[in-house]
Amino acid sequence: MLRVFKTLKWREWIFAVLSVGFIVLQVWLDLTMPDYMEKITVLAVSGTGAGGEIWKNGGLMLACALGSALSSVVVGFFVARIAAAVSFRLRSRVFERVQGYSMEEINRFSTASLITRTTNDIQQVQMVISMGLQVMIKAPILAVWAICKVVARNWQWSAATAVAVGVMLAMLLVILIAVFPKFRRVQKLTDNLNAVTRENLTGVRVVRAYNAEAYQQEKFEGANLELTRTQLFTARAMAILIPVMTMVMSGLTLAIYWIGAYLIDDLPTGAERSVLFGQMSAFSGYAMQVVMAFMMLTMIFIVLPRAMVSARRIGEVLDTETSIRDGALTASPAGAPFGTVEFRHVSFKYPDAGEYVLHDLSFKAEAGQTVAFIGSTGSGKSTALNLVPRFYDATEGEVLVDGVNVKDYTLRALHDKIGYVPQRAVLFTGTVESNVAYGEKDGHEFTEQGVKDAVHVAQGTEFVEKMEGGYKAHVARGGTNVSGGQKQRLAIARAVCRKPEIYLFDDSFSALDYKTDRDLRSALRRETGGATALIVAQRIGTIRDADRIVVLDEGRVVGQGTHEELLRTCEVYREIAYSQLSEEELKTDGEGKDNG
Amino acid sequence: MAEQTSVPRRGPGGGHSPGPRAVEKPKNFKKAMGKLVLFIRPYIALIVIALLFAVAGVVLNLLGPNVLSDLTEVIQGAFVYLPEQGLDLALPMDTAEVLRLCILLTVLYGAGLLCSYIQGLIMASVTQKNSRNLRTAISRKINLLPLQYFDTHSVGDVLSRVTNDVDMIGQTLNQSVVTFVTAVVMLLGSVVMMFVTNWVMAFTAIGASLVGFVFMFLIMGKSQKYFARQQRYLGEINGHIEESYAGHTVIKAYNAEGKVKATFNEINYRLYKSAWKSQFFSGLMMPLMNFVGNLGYVAVCVVGAVLVANGTIVFGTVIAFTLYVRLFTSPLSQLAQAFTSMQTAAAASERVFEFLEEKEMADESGKTARLPADNVRGDVSFEHVRFGYDPEKIIIRDFSAQAKAGQKIAIVGPTGAGKTTMVNLLMRFYELDGGCIRIDGIPTNELTRENVHDLFCMVLQDTWLFDGTIRDNVVYSKENVTDEEVVRACKAVGLHHFIMTLPKGYDTVLDDKANLSAGQRQLVTIARAMIENAPMLILDEATSSVDTRTEELIQRAMDTLTVGRTSFIIAHRLSTIRNADLILVMKDGDIIEKGTHAQLLERGGFYAELYNAQFDPA
Repeated sequence: MLRVFKTLKWREWIFAVLSVGFIVLQVWLDLTMPDYMEKITVLAVSGTGAGGEIWKNGGLMLACALGSALSSVVVGFFVARIAAAVSFRLRSRVFERVQGYSMEEINRFSTASLITRTTNDIQQVQMVISMGLQVMIKAPILAVWAICKVVARNWQWSAATAVAVGVMLAMLLVILIAVFPKFRRVQKLTDNLNAVTRENLTGVRVVRAYNAEAYQQEKFEGANLELTRTQLFTARAMAILIPVMTMVMSGLTLAIYWIGAYLIDDLPTGAERSVLFGQMSAFSGYAMQVVMAFMMLTMIFIVLPRAMVSARRIGEVLDTETSIRDGALTASPAGAPFGTVEFRHVSFKYPDAGEYVLHDLSFKAEAGQTVAFIGSTGSGKSTALNLVPRFYDATEGEVLVDGVNVKDYTLRALHDKIGYVPQRAVLFTGTVESNVAYGEKDGHEFTEQGVKDAVHVAQGTEFVEKMEGGYKAHVARGGTNVSGGQKQRLAIARAVCRKPEIYLFDDSFSALDYKTDRDLRSALRRETGGATALIVAQRIGTIRDADRIVVLDEGRVVGQGTHEELLRTCEVYREIAYSQLSEEELKTDGEGKDNG
Repeated sequence: MAEQTSVPRRGPGGGHSPGPRAVEKPKNFKKAMGKLVLFIRPYIALIVIALLFAVAGVVLNLLGPNVLSDLTEVIQGAFVYLPEQGLDLALPMDTAEVLRLCILLTVLYGAGLLCSYIQGLIMASVTQKNSRNLRTAISRKINLLPLQYFDTHSVGDVLSRVTNDVDMIGQTLNQSVVTFVTAVVMLLGSVVMMFVTNWVMAFTAIGASLVGFVFMFLIMGKSQKYFARQQRYLGEINGHIEESYAGHTVIKAYNAEGKVKATFNEINYRLYKSAWKSQFFSGLMMPLMNFVGNLGYVAVCVVGAVLVANGTIVFGTVIAFTLYVRLFTSPLSQLAQAFTSMQTAAAASERVFEFLEEKEMADESGKTARLPADNVRGDVSFEHVRFGYDPEKIIIRDFSAQAKAGQKIAIVGPTGAGKTTMVNLLMRFYELDGGCIRIDGIPTNELTRENVHDLFCMVLQDTWLFDGTIRDNVVYSKENVTDEEVVRACKAVGLHHFIMTLPKGYDTVLDDKANLSAGQRQLVTIARAMIENAPMLILDEATSSVDTRTEELIQRAMDTLTVGRTSFIIAHRLSTIRNADLILVMKDGDIIEKGTHAQLLERGGFYAELYNAQFDPA
């Protein structure tokens, strides 16, 4: 929580200090009001001064009320500025920090969790500051001050107030101890209920096929009943809160009057009695303030822990440094080859994981060559690709681009060489054009013609021009207004538009039908002839014409060579090939059929 | 996911977060509430009782100030101090009357506490039980809806209705209904009491409070646009954050961090601008409310004091009014709050009832035909089957085929060819648009769905296991399964050895942490199918998500399973289905060829092409 306040700048600190000042003023005004009430009471009862004095004191009292409201508004203003500034800066810092993360940190937190931390958690902190800061400062001041005023008066009344506060605190304490743990349990049971329902929904075919509806229903009812029972307990326990509060407040007033009656009865003269009578009405005012102050204090104890959790979660993000360090080279050294990728005995494992995902992978893609990776899920083929743009760093061995270790380049320079197309196409809110001409590359201007050409290569011209607005057509958040295959083609166009030295296709063709797949690849070859390409694929057809195919199985290379070589020599490759042939429209795959 | 983003964190006091939030408006408030009332019918009597208690509690609280006023009078009666007239008398206190009034007040307050607590108890119980009934109804409904619903709606959508929406209804019902009624009673009651006590004071109190409220509403009305703006920017920035985090790698690989950050900063700054304003305005609410209360208080004190000094009223009346003013001002703001939360509840119940009113599968209680699972030959015939997911777009036009008992029928075709359609039709997950499928000569649509399901074991591509022990997952819904049978099934699929290496063996709980590979998960589902032991079998691409070695294991397990059963096998690999008795070749949703391997090869069509391609040197 402390680090949250570290984001404050001097202006907000001044605001904070001023807030405290105004809160003190407000408390003083609030506590002065009963004094005027006392005077008015005495005046009214004694009939002295009649109208004038009463109006004067009334006016002063009203001024106090107004002053209290105004200072509270001023404090509200400061606090709102502070809260908004804190969330503004925190959000910006967290976002910046996450932007710098490598895949390793992203995976450690999970994307969903990072999103919650940047949105909900920060919002939570802002809320607590704006709602709570004022109360947090005010409650202790009010409590102490009001108690001081009360104690000076009369011990019997003070005792009554103390009892009232005691009753209330005791009740809150009981609730805190007995009910709060149940709230956590409610959350857990809700998750459980969710899990059972999710299970029923995701397995709906299995549930029906096994006629297990009743079985699932029974399971759900179990979870439902348990949840309801716990919720009944908490709801019933919480139901006592408000009635008791009302009771304490009314009871305290009653107690003060009751006690007051006997105190007054003990006094010998009418004058003394009238003074005490005036004090009695003032005292009930103070007593209310004391009770209110303690109520506010307990509220803090309820709200604060939640904010603390949020603050801690934000802190975790800010404290995590990215594991990828930037290199120093902004360009390849003179005379370096152009467009080569080489893996030298590369092994990779996730941090803290025991098993290697990649073992001793070595290969070289010369300029203009296509190297393909194939293997079953979990064989490490995507991982190999991720090492080139340094989404991860190799655990052992080195990855070289243009003869230089990728760790030596600045990330920016390295990424300028690369056109990466992910497995699941990612589109951003904007237009077709903004999605294709995406990002930056030193010394490269994105032109309108460049975008058109790139879309053409990616076989997207037809559908893009049919879209409303053509290249300026709106792309919704997450690209939900285009189909999967169209998304994938735009993602490929994005890479093409960049005119990179090296293409990285991470299983980027699988969302396309066979014909488009083939047309796209031949267009790519035609238009981007000089570029090197690393392709991860599932379909044999996609990669059979690659210059080199690397067959991976559980992270190990089990075969390297061309399609024909591998069919002859590599058992795993042959198995994959046979298992897939039913899916392949080999006939339409031109090159493959020549000697058929 | 490490945590659920969609479910708002709930905890103590989590129901009504103060501060601005977008109020969700229902499409039709009355209709939604009407349905909710209809659903809550069994509890209506209880709710009425609760409301009676609530009203009683309010009335008791309203009587309080009057008694307190009498008490003040009695105390005041014990002295006369008028310095101007030189009067300074100490009269004997009527202690008996003091005691009587104090006890009366104690009883009033005590009874008030009791009434409002009983009311709270009843409402808490009613709303929780109602929530439970709603959840049960939704869960039952899940089992009554046609599969089409789930193929066209996301899991998250249904889930949020079961939890979030039902919770929302429960919470707001509990708070708002009672608040609404008590606030109205309190408001009217305090007005009546004030006028009964003294009309001049009543006008003063109400007038002062109303002036305050008008002032407050003027300010709050202005603030609405800031709330709306903050909400909009918040949505915008959350969207941007989600998008940026999800597209992290692309942003990095394309050096787009600069632009993304610039957009972020721009939205973030706009948000900051509107956020502090809306925070400020929502922060104004409390001091304004206080001020309105104080304004009334001061007005009552001053006017009251003047009237007392004039001798028009006694001082006790002033005391009573200071309390009435508070009783009058608080329900006004409560009413506004109750109304907003009722709207939220209406929007939530709209979603819940929309789901509960979805069209269900046809009732089958009248069907008399029955095929006992232990006495079925397993002849399956397709006769002029016609089907489309969308009746406008028929994909299977006229399909006929025969499968004799014990035969193996393979369904092949490229991805997306609609192979799963056959499973949907065989299992009657979807109804035919024409023709019929007969099992042992009886059309499946004359059997109950339950009966049809009993006739098949099914192993699907996506392995579905639940949080439970391995044994639970293998046995699933089948009753009276002995441990020996479970072990035998697991041995048959080659899983027994592995299970025994786990620390808890068959009692190992399969949750997120359990380390079962995709292949092992698939084997568990095959073991489950073996326990089910139905006369016919459906295998849907059961080996597509596993590595080659496990695939062999699964293949072997499936071969054991197919023995003696009419089986429908959807497969990638042509080699494994060469010996099928009937091969159905699907493309673009339709069955384009059918026959045995030899027949299809001879025909030289699509299948032959696919098959020959395997041996094509590229």
